[in-house]
Amino acid sequence: MNRRRFLRSLGLAATAAPFLAACSSAPRRGAPRVVVVGGGYGGATTAKYLRMWSAGRIDVTLVERDARFVSCPMSNLVLAGLRNLDDLTASYDRLRSRWGVRVVSDEVVRIDVARRELRLARDGEIGFDRVVLAPGVDFLTEQITGLAGNFECIPHAWKAGPQTELLRRRIDAMPEGGVFALHVPKSPYRCPPGPYERACLVAHYLRTRKPRAKLLLLDANSEIQSKKTLFAAAFAGPYKDIIEYRPDSTLLSVDAQTLSAELEFDRVRADVLNVIPPMRAGRLVDGLGIPLTNGRWVDVDWRTMEARDLPGIHVIGDAVLAAPGMPKSGHIANQQAKLAAAAIVELLEGRSPDPVPTLLNTCYSFVDDRNAIHVATVHRYDAAQGTVLPVAGAGGLSSAASEEEGRYATAWAQNIRADMLA
Amino acid sequence: MTGKSTLAALCLLAGTTHATDPAALQARNLAANCTPCHSADAPEPNAIPRIAGLPADRILQRLRAFRSGEAPATVMHQIVRGYGDEQLALIATLLASSP
Ligand code: HEC
Repeated sequence: MNRRRFLRSLGLAATAAPFLAACSSAPRRGAPRVVVVGGGYGGATTAKYLRMWSAGRIDVTLVERDARFVSCPMSNLVLAGLRNLDDLTASYDRLRSRWGVRVVSDEVVRIDVARRELRLARDGEIGFDRVVLAPGVDFLTEQITGLAGNFECIPHAWKAGPQTELLRRRIDAMPEGGVFALHVPKSPYRCPPGPYERACLVAHYLRTRKPRAKLLLLDANSEIQSKKTLFAAAFAGPYKDIIEYRPDSTLLSVDAQTLSAELEFDRVRADVLNVIPPMRAGRLVDGLGIPLTNGRWVDVDWRTMEARDLPGIHVIGDAVLAAPGMPKSGHIANQQAKLAAAAIVELLEGRSPDPVPTLLNTCYSFVDDRNAIHVATVHRYDAAQGTVLPVAGAGGLSSAASEEEGRYATAWAQNIRADMLA
Repeated sequence: MTGKSTLAALCLLAGTTHATDPAALQARNLAANCTPCHSADAPEPNAIPRIAGLPADRILQRLRAFRSGEAPATVMHQIVRGYGDEQLALIATLLASSP
């Protein structure tokens, strides 16, 4: 085989586009069926890559509640009036037309592991040979007294959509000299740098639009959870007169009428109260009947992303018990999606999965309208320890916030979306 | 192992069973680490350089320059240190073949 032909054959494995154009309509009879539940960064990427890497030989259904994809990454920019929610919204059309994924707007109400069947709220039962659950997180609202049923008065805005716009309107309506209080739950939670990025972007908005306003950053953790030195530099530098960072601030209760918050050692009143609640794996996983680690997260086999002791049932994304040093990020969900897709293709074709899967994470955060910072890590399976570990010597932080990284951060958001949905 | 000899080894393996060949699958999986930022489907113009379709030698030479610190970078110098020479050669070969 000559070099060009070899390259093309590899290339075909990577894109499979010409071939798929022909087989994107009706799935073939007798093809193995994989159902992906949840169309976020993890689920949508899994659906696309299963079709790509099987060259159309696997029948893939994606079940997603919402008609359109809305990105959590970049949604803090919406709060600061620097983006619209429309910019973060995308359709699933290309998954259908280019990749031949069956995208179903519905909700899974029951999982029957033994019978390999899902029950949908509207459309009856669907069977599967393998299933990939990408349910994201659900909130443990009941852990904070007074929070349940009050997300209209006390928005979380930790799932992008109407909540993002609600919090944005609240910030707009803040009085001059007002107080914005933001609560960060104990780790682990979705998007470790997210709360600190939010503090910076809201503070940026306040300094330009609401003179003398303050931002109280009430952190249940005892220190900044991600990009610590870089966020600390922003809090102590450009935002020193606006952001007050209070570690060890566990939130006990809230009052939706007065917008006050009772902390373990303190009590605060705010004009806008933004509580990011403690979280757990999306409740969908409760249907698996397996114990969750700390009652919250699904432990997985990192060679396949199968839930421990549940062959054929894959779980990816924020719902997973993270490996050491691994964040719950959209980028990592993309990587877990490809790990799962590769393993599923190998297993369904009678080969063994990659014995040393590698994942790469990068999280960009904006600190104002232009400047961004990143944290990067590479993670590889360690057979001796049976888990995925950060590769020593790789990864790191930005040296400082820069406009150059602001441009890369914007490009990242476009490009990872293309990797998933185009 | 140099980029060329890796490619030659890959070609030998590929001569028998390219689609299921372990090195080809390894290349496919590793290159998928890069595509969130360097997707062949990424819109143009783009702040992050497009690498899909560049010559493999050129990609590999850039990656080595990131590793040695010779090429200025915001993030690539941190990323390449997560991969060995052979892995980088596999990745470069695959990305070069993307449209
Ligand atoms: C988080 C986004 C991101 C990821 C992931 C990423 N890159 Fe990059 N890449 C960049 C950026 C940004 C640059 C510009 C240099 C810099 O600032 O680091 C770049 C530059 C490059 C270049 C130089 C291109 C040129 O023409 O100058 C190559 C080659 C490259 N990357 C290869 C890779 C490979 C291979 C991987 C996977 C192992 C990878 N990249 C993963 C963001 C990324």
